[in-house]
Amino acid sequence: MDAPTSGRRRATRSALVGVFLCALSVPAGAQSIAVKGRIVHTMAGAPIENGVVIIRDGKIAAVGPAATTPIPRGLAVREARVVTPGLIDAHGTVGISGLLNSPHDQDQLDHSTAVQPELRAIDAYNPYDKLVEHLRGFGITTVHTGHAPGELVSGQTCIVKLRGNTVEEAVITTEAMVAVTLTTAAHRRDKGAPGTRGKAVAMLRAELVSAGIYLQKKETADESKRPDRDLKLEMLGRVLKGELPLLITADRAQDIASALRLKDEFKIRVVLDSAAEAFLMLEEIKRANVSVIVHPSMQRAVGERENQSFETAAKLHQAGILVALQSGYESYVPKTRVALFEAAIAAANGLTFGEALATITRDAAKILGIDGRVGTLEVGKDGDLALFDGDPFEYTAHCTGTIIEGVVVSDQPR
Amino acid sequence: MRLSLTKEPGLVRSSFTRPVLVALGVFAASPTVPAQEEPLAFTGAHLIPIVGEPIDGGTLLVHKGRILAAGAADAVPIPAGARTIDVAGKTLMPGLVDTHSHIGGIGGADASGPLQPDVRIHDSLNVRDSGFMRVRAGGLTTLNIMPGSGHLLSGQTIYVKVRKAGKIEDMFILDAGQRPMGGIKMANGTNPQGEPPFPGTRGKAAALVRQQFIKALEYRDKLERAGDDPDKRPARDIGLEAVVEALDGRRIVHHHTHRADDIITVLRLQQEFGFRVVLHHVSEAWKVADEIAKARAPCSVILVDSPGGKLEAAELIFDTAPILERAGVLIAFHTDDWITDSRLWFRMAAFGVRAGMSRKAALEALTLNGARMLDLDQRIGSLEAGKDADFIVLSGDPLSVYTKVEQTWIEGMKVFDRSDEKDRLYATGGFGAGHDQEPYFCCFDHDQAVQGEEH
Repeated sequence: MDAPTSGRRRATRSALVGVFLCALSVPAGAQSIAVKGRIVHTMAGAPIENGVVIIRDGKIAAVGPAATTPIPRGLAVREARVVTPGLIDAHGTVGISGLLNSPHDQDQLDHSTAVQPELRAIDAYNPYDKLVEHLRGFGITTVHTGHAPGELVSGQTCIVKLRGNTVEEAVITTEAMVAVTLTTAAHRRDKGAPGTRGKAVAMLRAELVSAGIYLQKKETADESKRPDRDLKLEMLGRVLKGELPLLITADRAQDIASALRLKDEFKIRVVLDSAAEAFLMLEEIKRANVSVIVHPSMQRAVGERENQSFETAAKLHQAGILVALQSGYESYVPKTRVALFEAAIAAANGLTFGEALATITRDAAKILGIDGRVGTLEVGKDGDLALFDGDPFEYTAHCTGTIIEGVVVSDQPR
Repeated sequence: MRLSLTKEPGLVRSSFTRPVLVALGVFAASPTVPAQEEPLAFTGAHLIPIVGEPIDGGTLLVHKGRILAAGAADAVPIPAGARTIDVAGKTLMPGLVDTHSHIGGIGGADASGPLQPDVRIHDSLNVRDSGFMRVRAGGLTTLNIMPGSGHLLSGQTIYVKVRKAGKIEDMFILDAGQRPMGGIKMANGTNPQGEPPFPGTRGKAAALVRQQFIKALEYRDKLERAGDDPDKRPARDIGLEAVVEALDGRRIVHHHTHRADDIITVLRLQQEFGFRVVLHHVSEAWKVADEIAKARAPCSVILVDSPGGKLEAAELIFDTAPILERAGVLIAFHTDDWITDSRLWFRMAAFGVRAGMSRKAALEALTLNGARMLDLDQRIGSLEAGKDADFIVLSGDPLSVYTKVEQTWIEGMKVFDRSDEKDRLYATGGFGAGHDQEPYFCCFDHDQAVQGEEH
């Protein structure tokens, strides 16, 4: 059933949610469900009119036109006007930088020292933060979250599904990337380092060189001569070995150039983050075969982002660069943005509907290395869906349901 | 209840009744005389006049900065000598009115104290700030530019039209006495709290505010008793003057307030002193909608993508808009630019609709209701004969994400045109969009002057 389109007082809403849940008659935790959509955007081929997605034990068992995709008897069925893959927020801090913005719920940045790749995101993620529920209500099912831009190497990121009582139940990639900041946000105003762009890059290079030496020494034949285990160098060593990429936040064109230079020097994997002036560096980024997780379209255009454009995602896409969108990190109101709305602005500024949807589904999954299980509606992939009563990008449409691995995790029209 | 020191001791004012004095202040001349000599007829548009139902294939007729007529094609004859501009397929509606903006490089009250009514925000504004270009690109034509909310009273606000201007005076909106119009910015809750002399608690904050108003009442009383005798008159105090203007209803108090109890505190102080107030932000107004309605206090609402970011906005919800509408409260939206970007303001109204607000109320909340909260509703906010020719041309439904603001007009002058590459830069962003805009000079060929200049 389509959700009613009008808002209402919370009490009324709660009552209605109750009705919806009864109507579904699916026991809590059930992982099998069928979803009928007037349009199903699989993101793997053309949209299917009057399509059906069948989820069995959390995985997609079938997807196709209703006429040729029978719904097994007894399976709970939901309907929606528009069905998309569960949405992926390619970079945020939800669950780590909490709603209240008070010291007790802010774990995205430790300022004790500038380089701390050993800080794990999983040790800070709070699946009960209200913003987790907030994003889930808009169809977001997967978030790449972790340490924020603001220190030269602020820590690790992880990838979670927006479910679960513990991070263990939520996480799908424990160590996703190592977050590096090449903007002035990482500069220290006192006498600490880095204080300049040149110093920031020098420090990063020195750390990577040290990690290379550490790796070599670890291979020493004589065990007694091997260095003690060092979490910092170990993690940077994994970056050197190509096991995970650096997520480099850079906005000014010269900082984007620095990120590409580092990639070239150390032969490491790099994903560009934010990249406000990426439209000035299209050829270079393309040539370096680097993907970009563009800043939220609507983030404030101040400071080093003064030149940011609503059209950046479109320009990158048109240049043949893999692009995703994100909720980002901001230290004030609104505490998180919603990747769905950021993609909507991209859809209104140069990307087609399908291209914009890809930035928060298929292409986001590719950049995050999780395209084997999420991002498209294909047999064998996770049963993660977002349901809408209209064009998902329209302000006045609603997300009417969110499903993660066959479980309805949000039912309140938003 | 009012203090006996006030002018009309028997009168209990509602929070927003307009004094007669101000009602006479409409139709004052703007500081710049519009140069538009020939009547312009915009034909074929989907007209959203705000007052009255939308009209398909309507005509908007403007001349000398004012609207001559707005209506169905057959009801609006086009006079001889008029220039016709075909806008078939487009949507035309009034320029947007923002009751709460911080653009232009604001610098109001400083850190020296929590109450600074002497400070005028217009003494800080840079008309070349690129923010003004983005405002025009967003379809906004009138703003209340205010100092921030880090003080109990952070200064005098200024109402402006975002005309192309060389100095801030060119943007002023003048009252009948040729004075620039503006309000007073106040705030409660956590933003103004701090080390002394700033308040440490809500109780202290209210006490400081009450003392300020009582001082102003006494100042006004002394002035009245002195009459024309200069020897008896108290020394001029430019801060108390502004507070007296608020007490007299000539300056509306624009009050930042989020939490339900803070909203109620504003209403309590309003009852005590009788100033006219607009409640701004009102994140938790949904909890006290009936109380706000009973006090007849207008609300200027902000909706943002998520709650939180600060404690007092932890329970901000889209539903505030429809809940206030059902309670019968006068509602406007505001950008709070930089909090939300003026180019994306329509989405706030659309989110109100998403939560259940009526479309009509949502569009009024971007236009006429904002004008009402600035005492400018006789002059702007709707497409009606006699009002200022402030309007925008849209590519489609104002509440659709895909719609673009194509043109913005103020008093019959085009101030933004998306088809112009320079204007488009500010609409989309891009290299140079964040830089201060080019200086504007009357009678100066600017294009020629900057030719070959590297940006």
